[in-house]
Amino acid sequence: MKGIIGKKVGMTQVFTEGGHLVSVTVIEAGPAKVIQKKAKDQDGYEALQLGYEEIRKEKNVTKPMLGHFKKVSSPAYRLLREIKMEGFNEGDNITVDIFAKGEKVSITGTSKGKGFQGVMKRHHYKGGPGSHGSMFNRAPGSIGSSAYPSRVWKNKGLPGHMGDERVTVKNIEIFDIKKDQNLMLVMGAVPGPNGGYVIVKSEAALAVKES
Amino acid sequence: MNAIKVVEEGYKRETPNFRVGDTVTVNMKVKEGDKERVQAFTGVVIGRKGSGTRETFMVRKISYGIGVEKIFPLLSPMIENIKVIKEGHVRRAKLYYLRGKKGKAATKVKEKAFSETQQ
Repeated sequence: MKGIIGKKVGMTQVFTEGGHLVSVTVIEAGPAKVIQKKAKDQDGYEALQLGYEEIRKEKNVTKPMLGHFKKVSSPAYRLLREIKMEGFNEGDNITVDIFAKGEKVSITGTSKGKGFQGVMKRHHYKGGPGSHGSMFNRAPGSIGSSAYPSRVWKNKGLPGHMGDERVTVKNIEIFDIKKDQNLMLVMGAVPGPNGGYVIVKSEAALAVKES
Repeated sequence: MNAIKVVEEGYKRETPNFRVGDTVTVNMKVKEGDKERVQAFTGVVIGRKGSGTRETFMVRKISYGIGVEKIFPLLSPMIENIKVIKEGHVRRAKLYYLRGKKGKAATKVKEKAFSETQQ
């Protein structure tokens, strides 16, 4: 397993060599610094804690957090996330080149918040006829039977808050890697708004570094 | 938004400078089975649309008395080349008025008195 923290920049369209125009999402991935190595004997599991997006002004960081960063003599970072991966030490920078073109990755982000939504948008209920005097338009309708079960089944889709939740999209192909700009282009859409944080992960082993 | 533009810039290829009103020949690669050949389409550019990697242009020609329009993606790798044959002088961004014209008037676009770019 390997992974990196990034930021969704936006979407665009690009031609493949075969002449097809494909939609791609641009992700600014890394560089992420390894802040802490979680160890089996100390923490009970193994993982790397990565920091992403430097905070320039020290006064904007709480003192306990500053101490945490100072341990690896690193500047403070805005976002800390753990990823179960190996092959890096504390203080190392992880860049996009751990991934290769054509690789399949899964991308996790926080979806766009939609607020309190009805059942048609939230659960794809059909709703009623729009016209001909129908007074049943967007309501959920019956939500169950009477004598049995005398209650509403669990997981019955009802109105409520939609979006602004953690969403993972799997099997996304990497279209291109721009090493010098820390950019990654992936096929298709990625959850969240432009500027939202995403975690790109792959089950595949670390790519062999050419150097 | 700026980073997107930078990315798009990296995928651009060289295209000739041409404007609406110019007469161009577009040599398009056509795949038939596993054979590939080049097909030419000559006509007046009646519009350009979009920006970045999504820019397209529309070419209109009269083929055996019937108006034919084709929309090409400007940066498509399937376009082998675009040749500017005549430069036109027009005062509109979209030459949709040519669609209503018949006969000789349908292809009439004033030529530029003198060419800015050397062909």
